[in-house]
Amino acid sequence: MRLVRRLIGGLILLAVLFAINGWGTAMQQAVNSRPDLQSIAFYRQFSIWWPVVLETGRWITLAVSLNLINGLAGQFSLGHAAFAAIGGYAAGAITVFLGPRLCGDATLAAPGAYPPGWNLLFAASLIAGGMVASAVGFLVGLPSLRLRGDYLAIVTLGMGEVVRVVIEHIEPVGGSLGFNGIPLITNFFWVYLVAIATILAVRNIAQSTHGRALLAIREDEVAAEAMGVPLTRYKVLAFVIGSFFAGMAGGLYAHFQGSIQPQAAGFIESIQIVVIVVLGGSGSITGSVLAAIALTLFPEILRSVRPELEQYRMVLYALLLIVLMLVRPQGIFGGRELSLRGLLARVKR
Amino acid sequence: MQVFLQQLINGVALGAIYGLIALGYTMVYGVLRFINFAHGDIFMLGAYAGLFAAVILGVTQSASWGAVFPVILMAMAICAVVGMAIERFAYRKLRTAPRLNALITAIGVSLFLEYGGQLPPMIRIDGFDFPFGAQTKTFPTGILPPTQITTGTGLSLSAVQVLTFVVTLVLMVGLNAIVRRTRIGVAMRAVSADREAAALMGIPTDRVILFTFALGSALAAAAGVLYALDKPTIDPLMGLYVGLKAFVAAVLGGIGSIPGAMLGGFVLGLTETFVAGYLASSWRDAIAFGILILILIVRPTGILGSSVREKV
Amino acid sequence: MVRKFALLLTGVLAALLVAGCPPPPATQNPSPPPGPGLSGTLVLGHFASLTGNTAMFGESTDKGVKLAAEEISSGNLKVTVHTLDDASQQQQVPLIVNRLISQYSVHALVGEVASSRSIAAAPIADSRQVPMVSPSSTNPDVTVDPRTGKTRPYVFRVCFTDPFQGAVIARFVREHLKLSRAALLVDAKNAYSVGLGKGFRDHFTRPTLTNVGPQYFNDCYFSNHFSPEETRPGVREFVEAYRRKYGEAPNGLAALGYDAVKILADAARRAGSFDRKALRDALENTRGYPGVTGQISIDEQHNAVKSAVIVRVDTSSGATSFPLVTTIAP
Repeated sequence: MRLVRRLIGGLILLAVLFAINGWGTAMQQAVNSRPDLQSIAFYRQFSIWWPVVLETGRWITLAVSLNLINGLAGQFSLGHAAFAAIGGYAAGAITVFLGPRLCGDATLAAPGAYPPGWNLLFAASLIAGGMVASAVGFLVGLPSLRLRGDYLAIVTLGMGEVVRVVIEHIEPVGGSLGFNGIPLITNFFWVYLVAIATILAVRNIAQSTHGRALLAIREDEVAAEAMGVPLTRYKVLAFVIGSFFAGMAGGLYAHFQGSIQPQAAGFIESIQIVVIVVLGGSGSITGSVLAAIALTLFPEILRSVRPELEQYRMVLYALLLIVLMLVRPQGIFGGRELSLRGLLARVKR
Repeated sequence: MQVFLQQLINGVALGAIYGLIALGYTMVYGVLRFINFAHGDIFMLGAYAGLFAAVILGVTQSASWGAVFPVILMAMAICAVVGMAIERFAYRKLRTAPRLNALITAIGVSLFLEYGGQLPPMIRIDGFDFPFGAQTKTFPTGILPPTQITTGTGLSLSAVQVLTFVVTLVLMVGLNAIVRRTRIGVAMRAVSADREAAALMGIPTDRVILFTFALGSALAAAAGVLYALDKPTIDPLMGLYVGLKAFVAAVLGGIGSIPGAMLGGFVLGLTETFVAGYLASSWRDAIAFGILILILIVRPTGILGSSVREKV
Repeated sequence: MVRKFALLLTGVLAALLVAGCPPPPATQNPSPPPGPGLSGTLVLGHFASLTGNTAMFGESTDKGVKLAAEEISSGNLKVTVHTLDDASQQQQVPLIVNRLISQYSVHALVGEVASSRSIAAAPIADSRQVPMVSPSSTNPDVTVDPRTGKTRPYVFRVCFTDPFQGAVIARFVREHLKLSRAALLVDAKNAYSVGLGKGFRDHFTRPTLTNVGPQYFNDCYFSNHFSPEETRPGVREFVEAYRRKYGEAPNGLAALGYDAVKILADAARRAGSFDRKALRDALENTRGYPGVTGQISIDEQHNAVKSAVIVRVDTSSGATSFPLVTTIAP
């Protein structure tokens, strides 16, 4: 019975995503081809904010997947962007090199509105990107066994930079110039499908016995091991799953921008994801989602009203981190989750 | 052979810089068990402080050996104060907090220094901007005489390199004297060994920690000036990579060990120079991290470090 | 404690938003075709790296852009430039380019310095049909789609490309310095350097490649888009105007930013309107425009055909200066 309910729920979700996507893409195409629509406020605002909506979905995926590693398993990773970059390059490579051969010509396709054949290839490329990123996550997870908090952080930071340097040397995907000419297949449907999948996956893990094992490791490794929790397996699991979803986010990014550069694997990118997770509260999925929305929307709102404040963005992020750690280190949600049941209970009271 | 010796000289000079910065990391880790992520940015501030000093002392074109020392000293003093301020206002409250929180704060401080430094200038003294603005600034190499010692075999030693060796040696000896022969040095070692016990013995731990930060920052500042004299283009982000590599050097030598920091610095400097020189310089940045990963897998306590038993 | 913090944060946010809530910048429809002697306002969007690790390039370019806008606006035609910062991050480019087009309704885009970021912006310029002029991106892929080999319809540049610059250096070495062996110093991390190196290698007949250390920089020359010492008409006025406004001499990037805006204004005058397609067509037909960085003609690949200058590094007097050596025409 539950299975049927879940299936129906899933189908409804897909339908909703599809509908919103159809609407959004059609709107975007309209605005692109008819500049006179710019004068109508609704269209103008739409064309400003629609890409922001897509960006938000991507950051949600990145933040929630990092939360699995940092928050739930307590392994402080500062190189998450590297997994995203790897996924982006891998996915891009597939669509760029295999696409024309398998799916025909797509030079006339509008961004986000590619033929179904291409979309299928895209889905496959996202998964492949995720898997390549996972493989690297596996390799990083292995040595991480022996390292504690701050050391692990620095190593993952270093790994991110090594990934960047390695990518710069791979000529077939553009080397230091970056990988260009990636088809613009990303759209609302894919972004939010992946985001929701990430949230569901991480939530299910968190609420299962595996989640308990991860929490035990986070709280006290020695005690957990003494209680028979296989440290190896779970730490690596956290990295592998977290990096899988990050890889997919990277694939989405590459196909949104049409290009991806080695710098995308760097420290600055990783730090932005960390800020979101810390703000939302390590270990709280809801926190990550809301913080991702807040930290993507807020700079854009600021840009709308006061664009000259943009240069203060990173400085404000820095201050945010410092103040948060002094005043409320557990972040906004502090490891708690927002659940429908909980909200209803509160309302009843 | 000549190329080898030349690279050797370059490697040692680079290693000296890494070592000076690594000392700061290691000392702070020793007393607080905390990695001061923002330390690399103190190095950057040292370079700018040196520029400031040179400008207001008016020695930017002096071309004399005497002029450079007040510049270095002033830079060291300024950064010592900055280091102490950071400890006092950002890190002190987090001494009892989980280490991860302190690391995040340190990252915040680092970003603040880097991006704050890039903000458009608000005050301008004699052509020195504060904040520094995004444009790179040129460090006045004219402070030093343009001496170049060239041996018969074609080896060349620039004035900066000579200065680097001399200054590093002096600072190393000085630091050793402080740590081993003064009361504050004993206090530092006591706090490193066991902070609570040291407090119980009447050692003012807060002041000792402040002093440690001041000392580490001063050394990083000296490194900043020396580095800037050699590579005169300075910008607010220059501390990021150098700082990370110096951290690797500290870990390599054994974090918490002062001789280890210098040793790690030289090993890293030499390795980087030789690999970049003989293999391919494009892999330069990756080398340091490769070494880091290797060391942490093979011998996490570093070359001179001692293993710490974890009490459960 | 928590509540106080939350209240404070909300208060700050609210204050910022309220303080910043003047009516959104005057957005315009693409203006109706003005009469003879074009008047009206040309709205340009400049996306640049004003912060981050290439901040100095973005800043220089922006200075040139703003100077040009000021100078043009003293006449009938007004030019407004909206500059948005991408913080040297490719990630930011789609967002700010979209915003420039949608929120500010720009007639054309100016940007970027870094080829990788220009490439990130190019598909948007094409899909939203807004002409984009890059002041100093030199990689060929900016104007020509590497997958299809076709020129991007809406993307232009006012500088020459890496292959051209490499060829210029090769010619200089062969013909002026009369040397036949070269050591190639390439920074593999830097895409610009790699592209340039390839251009040089392709045009130099007998290259001998060695890895050389930086201490061998004795008699050094380099090629550039611009030198303040050039004797072409217009250069001196530009240098003086720049000095008056900013208190320093302009560099190549500022000069290119300046030219980019001026060429757009020129294209608008030739097209007789601010319509984006008309601007695009006029840009394609740019021939012999007298820019401060040279006589600029736009070729079929939307690249600028113009001369390059060779400059020498002179450290003899203790300070570094860059005396002009010669100019090499295409």
